[in-house]
Amino acid sequence: MTAPISLTHLQRLEAESIDIFREAAAEAENPVMLYSIGKDSSVMLHLARKAFHPSRPPFPLLHVDTTWKFRAMYAFRDRMARESGMELLVYHNPEAERLGINPFDHGSALHTDTWKTQGLRQALDRYGFDLAFGGARRDEEKSRAKERVFSFRSAQHRWDPKNQRPELWRLYNIRKNPGESIRVFPLSNWTELDIWQYIHSENIPIVPLYFAAERPVVERDGLLLMVDDERFPLAAGETPLSRRVRFRTLGCYPLTGAIESSADTLPAIIREMMLARTSERQGRLIDRDGSASMEKKKAEGYF
Amino acid sequence: MNLSHATDAPCSADELTATPSKGLLRFITCGSVDDGKSTLIGHLLYATKTLLEDQLQALKGDSRRFGTQGEDLDFALLVDGLSAEREQGITIDVAYRFFATTRRKFIVADTPGHEQYTRNMVTGASTADLAVILVDARKGVLTQTRRHSYLVALLGIRRVVLAVNKLDLMDWSHETFAQIEHDYRDFATKIGIDHITAIPLSALRGDNMTAHSANTPWYTGPSLLHYLEDVDVDVESEGPLRMPVQWVNRPNLDFRGFAGRILGGSVKPGDRIRVLPSGKTSTVARIVTFDGDLDIAQRGQSITLTLADELDISRGDVICAARDPAGLADQFEATLIWMADTQMLPGRPYLVKLGASTLPASFGHPKYVVDVNSLDHLAARTLALNEIGVCNLTLDRAVAFDPYADNRDMGSFIVIDRFTCQTVGAGLLHFALRRSQNIHWQTVEVDKQARARQNGHKPCVLWLTGLSGSGKSTIANIVERQLHALDARTYLLDGDNVRHGLNKDLGFTAADRVENIRRIGEVAKLMVDAGLIVITAFISPFRSERRLARDMVQAGEFVEVFVDTPLTTAEQRDPKGLYRKARSGELKNFTGIDSPYEIPQAPELHIDTLTATPEEAAAAIVDYLIHTGIVRARQESAHGLPTGKPRDGDTQT
Repeated sequence: MTAPISLTHLQRLEAESIDIFREAAAEAENPVMLYSIGKDSSVMLHLARKAFHPSRPPFPLLHVDTTWKFRAMYAFRDRMARESGMELLVYHNPEAERLGINPFDHGSALHTDTWKTQGLRQALDRYGFDLAFGGARRDEEKSRAKERVFSFRSAQHRWDPKNQRPELWRLYNIRKNPGESIRVFPLSNWTELDIWQYIHSENIPIVPLYFAAERPVVERDGLLLMVDDERFPLAAGETPLSRRVRFRTLGCYPLTGAIESSADTLPAIIREMMLARTSERQGRLIDRDGSASMEKKKAEGYF
Repeated sequence: MNLSHATDAPCSADELTATPSKGLLRFITCGSVDDGKSTLIGHLLYATKTLLEDQLQALKGDSRRFGTQGEDLDFALLVDGLSAEREQGITIDVAYRFFATTRRKFIVADTPGHEQYTRNMVTGASTADLAVILVDARKGVLTQTRRHSYLVALLGIRRVVLAVNKLDLMDWSHETFAQIEHDYRDFATKIGIDHITAIPLSALRGDNMTAHSANTPWYTGPSLLHYLEDVDVDVESEGPLRMPVQWVNRPNLDFRGFAGRILGGSVKPGDRIRVLPSGKTSTVARIVTFDGDLDIAQRGQSITLTLADELDISRGDVICAARDPAGLADQFEATLIWMADTQMLPGRPYLVKLGASTLPASFGHPKYVVDVNSLDHLAARTLALNEIGVCNLTLDRAVAFDPYADNRDMGSFIVIDRFTCQTVGAGLLHFALRRSQNIHWQTVEVDKQARARQNGHKPCVLWLTGLSGSGKSTIANIVERQLHALDARTYLLDGDNVRHGLNKDLGFTAADRVENIRRIGEVAKLMVDAGLIVITAFISPFRSERRLARDMVQAGEFVEVFVDTPLTTAEQRDPKGLYRKARSGELKNFTGIDSPYEIPQAPELHIDTLTATPEEAAAAIVDYLIHTGIVRARQESAHGLPTGKPRDGDTQT
């Protein structure tokens, strides 16, 4: 018999994520995968397909949309749903739609809360999902380092950091009472570098916005914002400049800063990332309201 | 500060996409408050360039606001995640940190040193390959050091780094270092920690963190980071195949695969396997993955197996090497670590999750609890939060297992509360108790059905529950009289009578109440088997135990009757003067006063004693028995007892 070779760290992470997917799907009544179109969602979708192959993953994809994503993201989302053969549910908070909530007139906090936080709760309630997979990683942000893989939410969708279930070995307690729901994070132990290396080694499709290209941008508050459609209100005398940029993280285009870069291949992106001296969330406006802001959002139900 | 970066970031395309040669190392850091644990981790993050510019800026800001290091960076702030903790200045939960060098990826479980958080340390240690135990050089090996080491050893970690920190404050004394190392080895080898590497450190100043420090010319060993990069932890140990089935993969009628993660050994197509608990054997046909079939799969991999034969296999079954299968048992000796505020109650039904199986379980009285400070064995009747004890575990049915010492994943379990669904404990299986295999059920020819036929009615348990003074005994007496008049064979088990005999050794603590009800449940079960209608009148305040009694008999044989009287009314009646005694403190643990009554959620009958007299209540119960076909109404029902639907039809389940 051949002597066993040690698994690489990516193989170990992959095996653990698949394990998590299977445990969750086996015990949940009505699971769903939150699909946000970014690179983490791409990896998560890839792992889900691996976990259940040759079956299709036994759950739909849910995109809680804000109507303010990049156009390239919508195109990519629809393509991935087609290719995976999975059902895609798109949810728009009707209240946000009626009021025309947008990041320009209402600010990032209200925009995010209404479309995303409220929208997610509404979508989970409406479809009666009792378990939702999300792509959050523990390395993203300090309060996430203590998040469990299986994270419980009360019937009001609240997260209580003081009352988390201990997680030992690979034994996940997925029991819950009626009305309670679970958020499951199969990528908990992945780092940003792991994600990129895995995308590279597995050849996983990602939104082209991650690669550098000439794009029309304006500079505001130190952020390079891409003028992705005609809804972007330009100030008097402000004209978009074409610059070679890419995105480290993707969200609503008016809230997502680009970085100047010439990295147009995965190795170039990885190299740039390893030399970079800023963390990926820095391009996001929503994290800037104080260092405990993410934890506060989570307690309120933000994913 | 002596902050050297261990490795330069790689820049060639090959290096970028290459995976570190030493794979992944998971370790846990343990130390007492102020040993410098957070500083040590923060320093490792900084030295491996895991810490980025904006995080560094945030840290500088935070260091000024919350820091304890004056103008210097307070690395501890990097890893204290939640704002509540930051204000308290101590870490209160398990946090996971990530860093990497070109040689290895690391996942660190950062666990608090505070006395009351055993459960967090156990959690962190359960997935760790190695432990870094911090000791403050000024204080040496403390009680807490011993406790952390015991927990680490208990969870099966055999490799420890003894990080002797803050040695700069002892003028880098070799003698101090040697003394601490000696003290530690003396103790640690006794509890099974075989591999100990002691390193003199200043996590704050950086000495021996990533490179050899000029301050310790007498130290010839590796720096902490180099040790972590190099150490071999053989997690891919040899051993027979173990794969619990998590999910049966059936995309179409032609494919039937068994998905799971290999928790022991390896597997190849053509290998003979045995499925537990059925014991059936077959041969592996294919190892199916998204990336194509594999020739071999090994411990740690998540795969899907297909077999040459059609076997009935479901989630929770374990696929084992045919010639070396796991054990199969339903009773074990186990070490149990209690993690909930409510104490473990022997005999209470819990759920246990083991592999991919979740099943009803109960624990016996602890044989002893371990004093984690002295390692003495102490007598105990229950386990409280953060207590560790050895007790017998009884499962509802036999499951596949290996002793924890042989296979961590096949010998570990978690305990789940059936009502709150919280994880309330964790445990390690030591060995199966042979006892369960030696007691065989006596097969009898005259069975329950035969007795029921002769009796002319079905057996059942009428379980009356309610506060003291609610009228349970009065109602029970009338019911028995009426059933007797219908020629039913009955027996009334009354609270006070049983406590004078069978249960006279029990008091009124929560643990004793559980045992009281368990025994009554067992007696009722025997009487049901004898064909009787058993009427019980006990306060039986806890849902879990009523559920236990219900589960002892078959579906339809348990009729829960909630005799509902408001506490104020029961207290006014106070037929035995007990409430008065309880209020005056003369009587402890009295239900409704200083011990809770958990209201039944779905009783078969709900009697409101404010609106129904005892006679009416009894009539409702007898009506129910007639309506459900347990007893027959008198033939001359025109002038006997009325037949018809029970009054509380809407509360039936």
